Amino acid sequence: MILEARNIIKSFGDTQILKGLNLSVDKGDVVAILGRSGSGKTTLLRCLDFLEKADGGTLVFDGKEHELKTISKKEIREIRLKTGFVFQNYNLFSNMTALENVMEGLVTARKINKKDALDTALSMLEKVGMEKWKDHYPIQLSGGQQQRVAIARALATNPEVIYFDEPTSALDPELTGEVLEVMKRLAEDGMTMIVVTHEMGFARRVASRVVFMEEGVVVEEGDPETIFTSPKEKRTQEFISRISSVME
Amino acid sequence: MDNNILSLVIDSFWKILKPGLMMTIPLTLLSFFFSLIIATFTALVQYRRIPVLQKIARFYIWVVRGTPLLVQLFVVFYGLPSLGILIDPFPAAVLVFSINEGAYSAETIRAAIESVPVGQLEAGECIGLSWMQTMRRIVLPQALRTAFPTLFNSLICMVKDTSLAANITVTEMFMQTQRIVARTYEPLVLYLEVGFIYLMFCTVLTKVQAYGEKKLNAKGFRKESV
Repeated sequence: MILEARNIIKSFGDTQILKGLNLSVDKGDVVAILGRSGSGKTTLLRCLDFLEKADGGTLVFDGKEHELKTISKKEIREIRLKTGFVFQNYNLFSNMTALENVMEGLVTARKINKKDALDTALSMLEKVGMEKWKDHYPIQLSGGQQQRVAIARALATNPEVIYFDEPTSALDPELTGEVLEVMKRLAEDGMTMIVVTHEMGFARRVASRVVFMEEGVVVEEGDPETIFTSPKEKRTQEFISRISSVME
Repeated sequence: MDNNILSLVIDSFWKILKPGLMMTIPLTLLSFFFSLIIATFTALVQYRRIPVLQKIARFYIWVVRGTPLLVQLFVVFYGLPSLGILIDPFPAAVLVFSINEGAYSAETIRAAIESVPVGQLEAGECIGLSWMQTMRRIVLPQALRTAFPTLFNSLICMVKDTSLAANITVTEMFMQTQRIVARTYEPLVLYLEVGFIYLMFCTVLTKVQAYGEKKLNAKGFRKESV
């Protein structure tokens, strides 16, 4: 097991978003987190990478147990050196070229020498099909291209797990396709991924496990076929039937 | 306009320009350099909300912005000696101009830092950069681009404000002009002349600003329409 979250609690003001959530992820898992807007999917991901501070709960990462409420900056940084995060709106560093974006985590954060970092960065850009655009600034790239560079950036640091926060929600269908294609290849390469998504096709075909969330807890989880064809929980059934009626 | 005046203008031109090059420009550049360091530090302290330092930063900005530059110069140069603190004219001027401009630029830089999307900071921390590294590599470069025109504005103002240093016996351009006027009794021509030299200095800076902005835009900084 690479990661286990126990009893995660998070409120914004008076609204409790995560209500004692549990999740465990094995190495090589591709976990798709589904659920309607406001169910806490994104908040969960952001708590796991400390972009939000959880009010309570435990995170076991790579065999080490951390209390989320009292975790130190040093521990956070240690975990972050082993994780990658892909944002909905890409968040490429706008003052750096595609190549510099990918190299940054290697050279500045991990003190890897420039030549090795360059080789790694170039091969990552090649992996996502963006090597031709290496000297372009983010502003000169389409959304899909930016997201592919962002994936290369997350990938370059050789993380144990990559979190994807609705990586295609800001893209039109054509660009969505190119990003999902890259993610599918990562999954096939055995990368551990936790993906918050609205792409049901992706969840069904690529994910090894689907987690359905509602009102801050995991309602049901299982392999994609089971969740999509014969969900046990009523709330999952409603969600799936509504989604499928939209898709048909 | 007779020949005497013309030759006075020509003769005095180098005499005025020389302290401009030797005093006004070094005074401006040194002061501006230090003011940027003070301003960046003061802005970061506030951005990070460091408890006590944040209060001190607000106090510093409040006092400096609320008192005249000339008064600040007088306090440091004529006032401090009574506490046993004697500072030579030039360093005293650099000190006062740096502290004064630092307070204004701190607000410029703070506003620019706050305009950098928070996602840039989050992305930096997610790839394992420390907060300081994220600031240095990502947030500050972007903020400085936003602040660039305003900071250049301040720099141009400072070139002209250095004339106030004449009041604390720094022999810069304006003081030199006053001296020549005292000898020749030609205030109109000579003050126009020194004004023209200030204008030339600022014209050069305006060109540098335009060039700098063009360079920065080429580096992916054009504002996105998102």
